[in-house]
Amino acid sequence: MANLVKFTIDGRELEAAPGTLVIDAAKRAGIEIPAFCYYEGLSLQGACRMCMVEVERMPKLQTACTLPVAEGMVVRTDTPQVAQARKGTLEFLLTNHPLDCPVCDKGGECELQDMVFRYGAGESRFTEIKHHVDEKQWSPVVYFDAPRCILCYRCVRVCDEGMGVGALGVVNRGVVAEIAPNHGDHLECDECGMCIDICPVGALTSGAYRYKTRPWEMEHVGTICTHCSNGCRTTLGVRNNQIIRGNNRDSSGINGEFLCIKGRYAFDFYDHPDRLQAPLMKVNGKLEPVSWSQALAAVARKFSDVKARGGNFGVIGSNRTTNEENFYLQKFARQVLGTNNLDHRRSGDIVSLLDALHGQQTALATTADLYQAKAVVVISADLALEHPLLSWQIRANWRHHAAHVYVVTTEPVREDKYSVNAARCAPGQELETLQALRPQLVDEPELIFVFGDTIKGEKVRKLVEFGASLGKPVKYVCLVDYANSRGAMDMGLTPELLPGYRASGMPGLTIAEMLAAEDLDVLWVVGANPLAGASLAARGAFVVVQDLFLTETAQAADVVFPACSAYEKNGTVTNVTGEVQRLKRAVQAMGTKPDLEIIGLLAREMGEAAQLGPWSADKVFAEIRATVPGYNVPLPVILTGGAAQTSPVNGRVEAPARPELIRSARNGLFSSGTLGRYSNVLHSVLEGRRQP
Amino acid sequence: MFASHPPLFSNPPHPREVIMLSKRFRLPNSASIDTFLAHGGYRSFRKALEMTADEIIAEVKTSNLRGRGGAGFPTGLKMGFVPRNSPKPKYIVVNADESEPGTCKDRLLMEYDPHSLLEGMLIAARAIDAKKGYIYIRGEYRYLIHILDRAIEEAYRHGYLGRNILGTGMDFDAYTHSGAGAYECGEESALLESLEGKRGVPRIKPPFPAQVGAFQCPTMLSNVETFCSIPYIVEMGGKAYADLGVEKAGGTKLTCLTGHLNKPGVYELPLGFPVDQLIHDVGGGIPGGRKLKAFIPGGSSCPVLTAKECEGLTMDYDAMAKRGTMLGSGGVVVMDESTDMVKVALRIMRFYQHESCGWCIPCREGTTWLRKMLQRFDEGLGRRHEIAMIGELAKNMLGRTFCALGDAAALPTISIVEKFYDEFERKLNAVSAPVPAPGPFPVLNDPPPLGVGR
Repeated sequence: MANLVKFTIDGRELEAAPGTLVIDAAKRAGIEIPAFCYYEGLSLQGACRMCMVEVERMPKLQTACTLPVAEGMVVRTDTPQVAQARKGTLEFLLTNHPLDCPVCDKGGECELQDMVFRYGAGESRFTEIKHHVDEKQWSPVVYFDAPRCILCYRCVRVCDEGMGVGALGVVNRGVVAEIAPNHGDHLECDECGMCIDICPVGALTSGAYRYKTRPWEMEHVGTICTHCSNGCRTTLGVRNNQIIRGNNRDSSGINGEFLCIKGRYAFDFYDHPDRLQAPLMKVNGKLEPVSWSQALAAVARKFSDVKARGGNFGVIGSNRTTNEENFYLQKFARQVLGTNNLDHRRSGDIVSLLDALHGQQTALATTADLYQAKAVVVISADLALEHPLLSWQIRANWRHHAAHVYVVTTEPVREDKYSVNAARCAPGQELETLQALRPQLVDEPELIFVFGDTIKGEKVRKLVEFGASLGKPVKYVCLVDYANSRGAMDMGLTPELLPGYRASGMPGLTIAEMLAAEDLDVLWVVGANPLAGASLAARGAFVVVQDLFLTETAQAADVVFPACSAYEKNGTVTNVTGEVQRLKRAVQAMGTKPDLEIIGLLAREMGEAAQLGPWSADKVFAEIRATVPGYNVPLPVILTGGAAQTSPVNGRVEAPARPELIRSARNGLFSSGTLGRYSNVLHSVLEGRRQP
Repeated sequence: MFASHPPLFSNPPHPREVIMLSKRFRLPNSASIDTFLAHGGYRSFRKALEMTADEIIAEVKTSNLRGRGGAGFPTGLKMGFVPRNSPKPKYIVVNADESEPGTCKDRLLMEYDPHSLLEGMLIAARAIDAKKGYIYIRGEYRYLIHILDRAIEEAYRHGYLGRNILGTGMDFDAYTHSGAGAYECGEESALLESLEGKRGVPRIKPPFPAQVGAFQCPTMLSNVETFCSIPYIVEMGGKAYADLGVEKAGGTKLTCLTGHLNKPGVYELPLGFPVDQLIHDVGGGIPGGRKLKAFIPGGSSCPVLTAKECEGLTMDYDAMAKRGTMLGSGGVVVMDESTDMVKVALRIMRFYQHESCGWCIPCREGTTWLRKMLQRFDEGLGRRHEIAMIGELAKNMLGRTFCALGDAAALPTISIVEKFYDEFERKLNAVSAPVPAPGPFPVLNDPPPLGVGR
């Protein structure tokens, strides 16, 4: 390649693009230059002075984190002078750092420990009294222990630059300089815990995790967060069948190092005391615990009876259950029960988008595209609260690539701050307002439109026409609510569409129609809560519910099966941008079964198992890959914890879109549908308590 | 109008002084524009208005004027670095954050001749096409802000500031801006951060302020005395100004004589003035006929010289560099044989520890450790092996900190330990050491800063 700069580090001849920092160039060549304050993607500090290197023809040691490579530059990282400088700096660092490693949460994962082990002195010459400040609690989830802090300012930068929140700053100077929260004695922010994750030492610790365990006593299970639709990888720290911690240990997911409060802390619903641990059956009008075999037999008998007499079934699926469960459920409903009365709660009009885009499979943007695109238009969504990863990606794109961000919303949003044009519109006037941006948009080399639930039906078609009229490569993201909202659509959990958006031919009832149908004989609800704020018209219907908790719907049920949460099962989910990722079981909750297994056992009990096939996640996924268009994703990518985008349909969708059914719950950072109700963390933080 | 301002000295200037920068100091009401105009004020600016920008910069380059803030960077070169054709606005920023212990010259210039600073700013503004200038004054100089604000007001009234200055179409506004008492804000990039309303911590360099300075725009940032020198260069020509000094360093320098001297004060001396005469002639000698022990040539951040090293030494940038020290800001501190050098080291370190901004590890932790250790030595609780450690720790800071504050703390410490090793030895196990005669620095009774454990 042309225009590369040639230089040497430790005698190795290397090349890099102009402007590359020495520390990055060295890292790429496998040469470690230690640093605390340097963090890829954040602004430069040059504060920790650990990355000092010798550069020929420069009298003083240079910081590799601020020094760009230059033609003919000769860098040495392995000289006695460099070793001595590292040792000296670490010695300074340890003067006021409390050596409480045995009880520090960071012990074993601490960058300072690692550096001292590798580069530091074996003994301390410091005999003065250490500076001490008492530990502070800034929020239920964030604790700050000032003496441990080495003032690398990573937390300040990630909060300001990464999150766009800027809740942390520095007060005082010199040795008493301290990181401080935005409200003096407490934090008011997104409570995302990014500051804790990025802290190289144990200065910032998690209220949910502190003093619970040592990191090496946990197993680390990388799985996908079950809350919003963004599909962040979260690493669950598991010890003795308990999830102790959620964090982002290896930054390997589509979210990089990002996690919000839900991904990091809101796994805690899983061991809420209200969690169902045995099947319940209505006995004399009261739900009583029964054995699995009793409950399964009762439901199977009822299903067979109703089927035999040609009764009416209604099946409501979930936008949190896995693709395998959704696929299996619709197969059960259609093949065993013989009904298209099958639906789930829809939150984004992906059907209209796919139909409008017919044939342009590459026009669906991925989360990575949001970081790369030259311009992003956000329409009708408060991304920072509703889709925090997408917001993070766009913000990083703006910081690193100076992407142009446009906003069309009814209310101010966080993206305004760095947008080139933040347009406010009256409700329903999004597309008209977008037209006004045309002169600017037409100059962009490429665009991604991210749109919320108010753009549906005809409006989606108009948006796509508008995008096409710009004459530039345009991609789209249709926002949906939950961890597998997109997968539920893809798997045909609707009355009118089969898996892969093929028309079902004879559309059945929607949720509202099922609830209103007075002649419904069976309502089967898997992981949903349709009776919250609604009632069932068919008073005599037999209601079966699979759920984690005794929701409003479960309370009205005749039989309730205790189901596993996403953290207790295997399978795949599809995120908002259509990327398929794999769930990995972290723990087992006593008495519960995965929905897939419950459905399978019901089929067996009814004697219909043979036609549905085995109810193991891998087998069902193999069937999905083989039969659902677009889902033939590369298996190794999925199995190794990667994400593969699906292109679900290539052509027109031969069924009418149902825009009237689409409504987003608009969950913010501190609510998450039914699961959010059972998360203590979401309710404990100030911002969560303030939710209406 | 101006309150009558008493003249600085009732005494005439010392015969060895070359009176130029200080020529209006002794006039009654010297800070007023009337006095200024009656004594040649704004004449250089009028002359500069006839010159092109390149001509002005060329004269400054010829003058060999070097920055008077301490680093001694050639001013003409610095002016030349400002990209005049940049579409961004250009700024003049005056560093009036005079905080180096031993230095008190800018104070006099601003107090007794504020208009000369404005004139220097105007000429520089003409040279780099700046429309706005800021005078960043240390918070402790609050009373000077009033004097400068009045001078600025007078200059507006007389048409030397504002729109269409003297009918030439030139626009220039000047503002004062107060620091809040941080030595670090005298570092140029930290000053800019503070000026912009941020925390006063230094920036990564490059880029230097000439390219990316105040508000991310090209900026000429120099010391008060530097700006005050510019009118004289324009007036007498760069060559004549250069001839006042030595090779590679033109002009005169306001030298602040402090410490054990019979006649301490601020004297205007040509560069290259002999140190011996500085002490014994200009400074009136050491009280009580005591002998010289140690000498700081340019503020407390310079390596300390012994009496022997001062022999044959002259006050200019290169001569000082050859002796391993710096001319610095011109803050001379003379210490006689009664001085306790451990106390001197402690006093200096206490200053830098208190002023360390906390940005980088070696300075923040190093100054604190050293202060604690020196405190112990002063109390007679030092250990023998630690004497060498003081120097080692200082060397671990030297050249490794983010800005020069770490060097400023390390250099005097290293020199004192090396050159006065025996005094540290004598303090070992001397818990009840006799209290020495009062030194030049008040040491004993100031408590450690709030919140700092010992």
